[in-house]
Order: sequence, then C-alpha cells, then structure tokens
Amino acid sequence: MSRAGRVAKDRSAFTRRAVLIGAAEAAVFGGIAVRLYHLQITQHGTYALLARQNSISERLVAPERGLITDRFGTILAGNEQHWRALFMQAMAPEPEAVLQNFFTLVNVSPDEQARIAQDLASRPGYIPVMLKDFLNWQDMAAIEVNTPNLPGVVVEVGASRVYPLGPQAAHMVGYVARPNRKEVAVNQVLSLPGMRVGRTGVEDSQDQALRGQPGFVQTETNVHGALVREVAHDAGTPGQTVALSIDAGLQQLAIQSLAGNTGAVVMLDATNGEILAMASTPGFDPGLFDKGVPSSVWNGWMADAKDPLQNKATAGLFAPGSTFKPTVALSAMKAGLLNGDTILTCTGSFTLGDHVFWCDNHVAHGSINMVTALQVSCDVFFYQVALMSGIDRMAAMASQLGLGVDLGADLPNVSPGLVPTLAWARARGIHWAQGSTVVQGIGQGYTQLTPLALATMIARVATGTAVGPHITRRIGGELQNGADQDDWPDLDVDDRYLAVLRQGLFEVVNTPQGTAYSSRLDLDGVQMAGKTGTAQVHNNSAAEKQKNFNDMTMAWENRPNALFVGYAPAANPRYAIAVVVEHGNFGAQSAAPIAKAMMTYAIQNDPAGRDLPLSVPLQSTTQTLPVTGT
Amino acid sequence: MILESSLSLRRPFRERSFGIAGKLLRINWLFMLCICLLAGVGYAALYSAAGGSPQPYAQGQIIRFAGMMAAVLCIAMVDIRIIAKISWPSYVLGILLLLVVMKFGHTGLGAKRWISVGGIELQPSELMKLFLAMALAAYFKRASPEMTGNILFVLPAVLAIMIPFGLILKEPNLGTAVITAAIGGVVMLAAGVRWWWFAIIVAIIAVSAPVLFDHLHAYQKARITTFLNPGSDPLGAGYNIIQSKIALGSGGFFGQGYLHGTQNQLNFLPEKQTDFVFTIIAEEFGYFGSMVVLALLFAIVTLAFYTAMTCNHVYGRLVALGIGTNFFLYCFVNLSMVMGLIPVGGVPLPLISYGGSALTAVMLGFGVLQSIHVHRDVEFGDGDDF
Repeated sequence: MSRAGRVAKDRSAFTRRAVLIGAAEAAVFGGIAVRLYHLQITQHGTYALLARQNSISERLVAPERGLITDRFGTILAGNEQHWRALFMQAMAPEPEAVLQNFFTLVNVSPDEQARIAQDLASRPGYIPVMLKDFLNWQDMAAIEVNTPNLPGVVVEVGASRVYPLGPQAAHMVGYVARPNRKEVAVNQVLSLPGMRVGRTGVEDSQDQALRGQPGFVQTETNVHGALVREVAHDAGTPGQTVALSIDAGLQQLAIQSLAGNTGAVVMLDATNGEILAMASTPGFDPGLFDKGVPSSVWNGWMADAKDPLQNKATAGLFAPGSTFKPTVALSAMKAGLLNGDTILTCTGSFTLGDHVFWCDNHVAHGSINMVTALQVSCDVFFYQVALMSGIDRMAAMASQLGLGVDLGADLPNVSPGLVPTLAWARARGIHWAQGSTVVQGIGQGYTQLTPLALATMIARVATGTAVGPHITRRIGGELQNGADQDDWPDLDVDDRYLAVLRQGLFEVVNTPQGTAYSSRLDLDGVQMAGKTGTAQVHNNSAAEKQKNFNDMTMAWENRPNALFVGYAPAANPRYAIAVVVEHGNFGAQSAAPIAKAMMTYAIQNDPAGRDLPLSVPLQSTTQTLPVTGT
Repeated sequence: MILESSLSLRRPFRERSFGIAGKLLRINWLFMLCICLLAGVGYAALYSAAGGSPQPYAQGQIIRFAGMMAAVLCIAMVDIRIIAKISWPSYVLGILLLLVVMKFGHTGLGAKRWISVGGIELQPSELMKLFLAMALAAYFKRASPEMTGNILFVLPAVLAIMIPFGLILKEPNLGTAVITAAIGGVVMLAAGVRWWWFAIIVAIIAVSAPVLFDHLHAYQKARITTFLNPGSDPLGAGYNIIQSKIALGSGGFFGQGYLHGTQNQLNFLPEKQTDFVFTIIAEEFGYFGSMVVLALLFAIVTLAFYTAMTCNHVYGRLVALGIGTNFFLYCFVNLSMVMGLIPVGGVPLPLISYGGSALTAVMLGFGVLQSIHVHRDVEFGDGDDF
C-alpha cells in the first residue's frame, strides 16, 4: 500500500471515529439543552416560587394601639416608641447558638430565657419571638456590633403604652398587659410581640377598637438572613382613637381636691350621663403593667387596706347615708303618701317599739315639711317617711333613679350596689324588722351604693331624664350613642314631686340653715343644689351614742364616710356630682367642698358644651384650643 | 503544482520560515471569535457575581484572558512538529509537577491541587490533560492498524494514562482524574484501538463501582449520596444542588434581568463565581441566555473537531480531538453538576468561571489547537519522530 493510500485509509477511519465521537458529544449538548428547557421553562413556576421563598421573608407586625383621649384630645393613654429585639427562628441556621450569643451580650433573666425557649417551641415561624423589650443604648450597641453573630435577631421599634396622667386617671383608663397563654390560644395574633390586651377601665372595655389589625413586613434577606431591603410594608390598621367624655382638667382637679384622702368623685353631664370626671384614690401607676410590675410594688398594693387597684367610683360600695333621702322622699310622694306641704314632727328622736332612733346631733327640728327636712337633713322626718313608704316602694324608686341596678355603663367592673327589698331579705333568710325600714330612710343598713350610681341618681333627679352614665364619646371620631339628651327616656316621676325635691336640695346649699351652705358657689347667678351625707361605718356603742360620738376621737377606719351629691346650675341643671370621702366624717365638712371646687371649674369652663371631633392631630389641638368660659 | 508550491505550507519539508503573516491568516479566526465571545459572557457573569462591580472577579479574569490570548497566538506560530517533539518531555514534566504538588502543594478545599509558580497558581492536573493527549498522539502518530490492534503495543499507552490518573485521584480530585482518563481513552479510540476493548473496560468499571465507592474519600461519598437524594440534607451537602437548580429554574425564558437574579445577588449560590457561574447566566438571562452560551460552547467543540478532521497529519488530528474532548468534558461535567445530573466536583466552566489555572490550561490547549490548524498541512518526516 502506498504511503498516500495508507494515509487516506487512516484518515477515513479516523474521520469515521471522530464523527462518532463528535456526534456523541453533540448528543450530550442536546441532552443538556433539553434538561435546561425542562428546568427553566417547564418547571419555572416551581423554582421561581422556591427562589422567592428563599429570599423573601414575611413577618407580622403589631398594629399601633389606639389612643385614649379626653373629650378635648388630651392624651390619657398614648404610645411611646422604644427599641426591642425580636428573633426570627427561620432566619437562623442555628437558633441555639444565636440565643447563646445574644444572652452573653444582653442581660436576660433566667425566667425570661425560659419564656423565650417556650415561645420558640410553640410559635409558628412567621411570628417573631420577643427576646428583650425596652433595650437601652448599651444593648443596642452590643447587638449592632455583633450582627454577624446574631442571624435572625431583628431590632425594631416597638410601642409601649404611656399614661400621661398616671395614677390620676388610672382606674377609668385602665392599663394593658401582655396577653396570657389562654388568650393567645384563642387568638394567635395576640402572640405578636408588642400586642397588648386591655385589663381594666376603658383599655379593657374598648379593647377591640383600640387593638387594630396587624400588618406585615416583607423583607428580602440574603443567605445569612441579613436584611437587604424591605419589599413591602403594611402597617396594618392602627387601633382607633377612643375619645372619652372626660375633661382631663376636671379629672385632675378631682384628684387634687381629694387631697390624699381615700375616696371617689364622679361628675356627669346631667343631661346625657357622660362622665366628665371619675376619680378614685389612692391610685396606681398604670404604666407599670406594660413593662411588668415589680413584685415589691405589687405586694404593696395587695397589702394596702385602701386598695389602690380598686376603682372606688364604680366598684366601691358605700352606705349612702342622707344622700339616699331624695329617693325616700320621691318614693313616698309618688305613692301619694305625702306632698310638699305635709308636716311631720321631729322631737330629736324616734321611738319604734323599744328602740330609739336619734336625729342628727339629737336636735329637735320641730314641725317641718319636706323641703326643710332636706335642708337641715332631719333624720326623724325621714324615719317616718320610710315607714310610710315601705321598703319595696323605696327600692322601686331607687331602681328608677339608677340605684342598685345595672346601669349599663361602658366600663368593666361596675357594681350595681344593693338596695334591699323584702324579696331580697326573704331569699337570704333575713328577718326584716321594721327598724330596718326606718334606717333605710336615712340610707343606712343594708344599702350599699357606688359613687357612680349616686351621681346617676342626682343627675336623674336634676333633669328628670333617665340618663345612663357612660364614658366613651367618640370612637375613631364617630360620636357614640347617648351623647344627646333625647337619647334617654324621661323619668317616670311627676315633675311636681321633683320640684319639691329640687327646692329642698337648693336650700341645702343656698340657705344659711342648709347643711352645705358653706360650700355654696361663689359665682354670680349660678347656684348648686345638693345633699350631704354622713354614713356610719361602725356600730356605735351606747356610750358613743349618748355623747353623740365625737368623731375626731375615733380611729380613722371607724369614722363615718362623708358624702355629697349635687348638681348645678340649680335653675338649669347641667352638671351632676357625687363625692365620697372615706372616713371623712361629715359630708358637709369633707365632701361638699370638693363638689364646690368641681362645680366651679365646670361652670367656668363648661366642658360639656363643647368637644373636638378629633380629625386633627391631637397634641397640637390641646394647646391651640381657645379656653372659653373663664 | 505551482499553486501548491506557492502555498509553502503544503511542501513536504522541514523549512520553518513560512512567514508570520501567512500563519496568522491561517488561524481559525471564527474559533478565536467564539472564545472571545465566551470570555465576554464570562466578564458579564463575573461582574454580576460581584453585585455589579468589576472587582474582585471580572477585571482580573479579563486581564488574565487577554494575556492568555497573546499566548494562544504565540503558540499558534510554533511549528506543530516542534510541539510534537516536546510531547513526551511535556508529559514527564506534567508527572513531575503532579508529584511536586503532592509533596508541596497548597491545600485548598481539602485537596492538594495547586502549586505556586512565580505567584501564578498552577493546577498541574489541568495541564496534564493536554500533555497526556499530546503524548498519546505522539505515541500513536505512526501506528498502523496492525499495531493498534496489538495489545502489547497499546498497553504502554494505557500505562501512560493510568499514571496521571492515579496521581490526580490521590490529590484527591476525582472529577479531573476521570476526565483525564476519558481524554486518554478518546485519543486511543480515535487512534484506532479496538472499540470493544473500551467496552470491556467500561463494563469492568461498572461492576467494580461499588468497591471503588468504598475507597472514595468521605467528601466524595457525601457528594454522591447527596446527589442521589439532595433533599436529605437541604442545608448541608445537598444545599448547593438545590440552590443551583432554583437559580436555573427561576430564570424562565428571558431571565430575571441582568444583576437582578435573587439567588445570585443575595448569595444563595455557593461558589457562584467559580463552579456555579453558569447559574448566574441562567438566572439572569433565562433559557435564552443559557442557549446562547451552550451554542458558543458547542461551536468551540465543533471547531476543534473540524480542525482535527481537516488536519493532514495523525498527530494533529489526535491532539485536536483530545483538546476538543477536554473542552467538551469540562462543559459536560460542569453543566451536569450545575443541573444536578452528576455529583458535584470542582470542575469549572471553561472561559467563564473565575480562576486562573483552568483558564491557563484551556488556553494553552487552544494555542496548540491553533498551531495544528495553522500547520494542518505540514508533513512529518522521519526526523520528526520522537
């Protein structure tokens, strides 16, 4: 074979094999192209979703809790920004190691560490777990510097609840606290860090409106979980602003007027039942509950006989004393048993069987009518009226006036109080003696009422309208029902009887013989009407009765409670008030002056005549609001 | 044959003064265009891998490529017969380098693969593939069918494959070792060795695979097992495969847009600038971009085969085929790995991946390939024998 021939043969053999090899390689390229088509086109949807899940993480954020303001927009419960550290489990490859790093940087108590471990075990991944709330600057700096060692740890702005009026409005505004496990089990959203649940007061009763809807943050994170950018942000729906009918000025004045005494003051708009002030002393700092109440503080509250946590205005039960006399009078007049001209005689005491019931100070008032009996607060007169009227008639009138019944107030923990009836006594196996009816005439005995109920009673007497006390004026700017006098039914009592009563109440304050004359208003053309009350809380011994108990010599807790109920202006009632000073001795001495101060402020500033619809920023409005009526 | 003699390269002689200009014209410029285009794609991908910056990858790589481009042109000017003469010395040098790397090499990613020569990182196993193809081509360049049918003649060639294969396997670098053996096998097949011998060897390997598996390193075993079931350890060894497939699949037809691939830009892809560089292109330019790159890669392989088949001497044919196959195997292993078709092993995508040693080896091979193309018509005299 020639060299050329051999070369040609070799060549064709080579070409054949090279083509085969090349074809095999081309086939492989084709296979790759097909496989790529499968991945990139056919399965694109699946992988695009996976890519998105890789990089986009979503977490819920707590909505901002709604504000609670007074009727003029003064903030009673607001939010303050602070920093908190959250932990996104899903973003940390090794959660345990991250937590250990965090605990070495930031001081976290063992209790909290246990809570964190429990939260981590029980929460779904999209709900972050609170590591530490209220970070200080050292914590912030430590976390910032060590970010690479803390994948999944997020520092974010949180809102904590602040109460600018503090203890002064604590009971009615209430407070918030972290939801408990039972609540979280019912509503997962509550497990979001920053979510709070109202516990008492308006925070509790309007919790749904204040809470709002949670939002979410979608963030793009890199493989280390570090934030690259925020993709989407939905702040959720912040809670609505709840504007109370309260006037913060009146509220503060009420607290100041109580001047360290234990007691309660409730002032209503007599025409519609709006609560303008509701003070209870002593108070507590409601802001503590958001951060956690120190156990020493808590134990102090629990040991305090004056029970600072109780809202004495709605839950404190007091014998009404002489402030019950208007009810007794109305019940008898409505039954036709006496009228304004009926004369009864007071000899300083009243004997029923072998029991002697004394008039106040053992004074004999002589032959007097209803108006005078109210004016001088004659007990003997009302012993007789009570016997005429009977226990059930008095109870029926009491419930008409809002005493001993559920008032339907938009506040939690409102006690209806107690006004006894024969049926009530029978049900409890109590033998109802005539004497019990006698003392009912001066608001002693079984009767127990709240200051809120007393304020309601006097408002109804003043206006002849069966107003109900309520505190929520606007939610999200919307005026709530009950703000108008026409929203309330008329009282089923003849105006003539009410007129007699009002005359008596007027003379109590505005005549020199009246028990509250020293607390008459110093205003031109505006008078207050009212009734004092001094309620025994202690069974006086015979000796004490004999010397007509010199109260100041008694132990504090044995001294009688001082009460006052009233309204103003007497000619055209607008404001109604009830004051209880526990162990304040005489109503005229301790309670009536508080009513005078409150009424003076109310008449001068007329808060019930105006409010703000709250469509404007809150803080600025309180400053620019023109003060009228001064 | 005046025309032929005027084309002096056609003459059967040892004359080497062909003229630089004439040789430059004979270079396969289409091939050169393809590798430049791929290098451009690589620049874009590395620019994106750095989050939209020429630093630290793209700029260095393109400078290295330019340097190697000059080297390709220089080597292309060297007479193929000279290259043929240094085939075996190169092979011996390659073996020595492998031994050096074993004793003194840097440890990178748990394997001794690199040595540093004057500041340049070298991976002798990459060079060895070229040297092996050259040595085998030199060995078979005058082999008659009778000789290639004689097992005694073929055995030394098998030994020449087994020595570097063993050394590279011991580095350990399973991927490159297998590619090296495959290149040797393809060159022998093209040289005319009986095809059914290969069939027997493949059968033996298939049967002994489980036994071989036992002798693999732990990381190699892990790669194979996670390849077989990537979901078993999504954040561990299977992570690369899963994230890589997510990147490819999320690309769609036209991709997520340049510099907008979330898998790439947010660092979900490991080693994205080296072994997984293809995922950047696939994610950001979609199936369209993938196909363009695949077409360019295929064009390079095809043009290498074209050079092999248009070459008039056996040595050139076999070396060109070996170089083309080497390039093909790079692409095949890398792309299959990226798509989760074969176990992951440190094989870059040539001309696109970031890194010097693979680029150096591939471009040196292209230099030889162009020398073959330029000198496709020279005749080997007896003196050209080794």
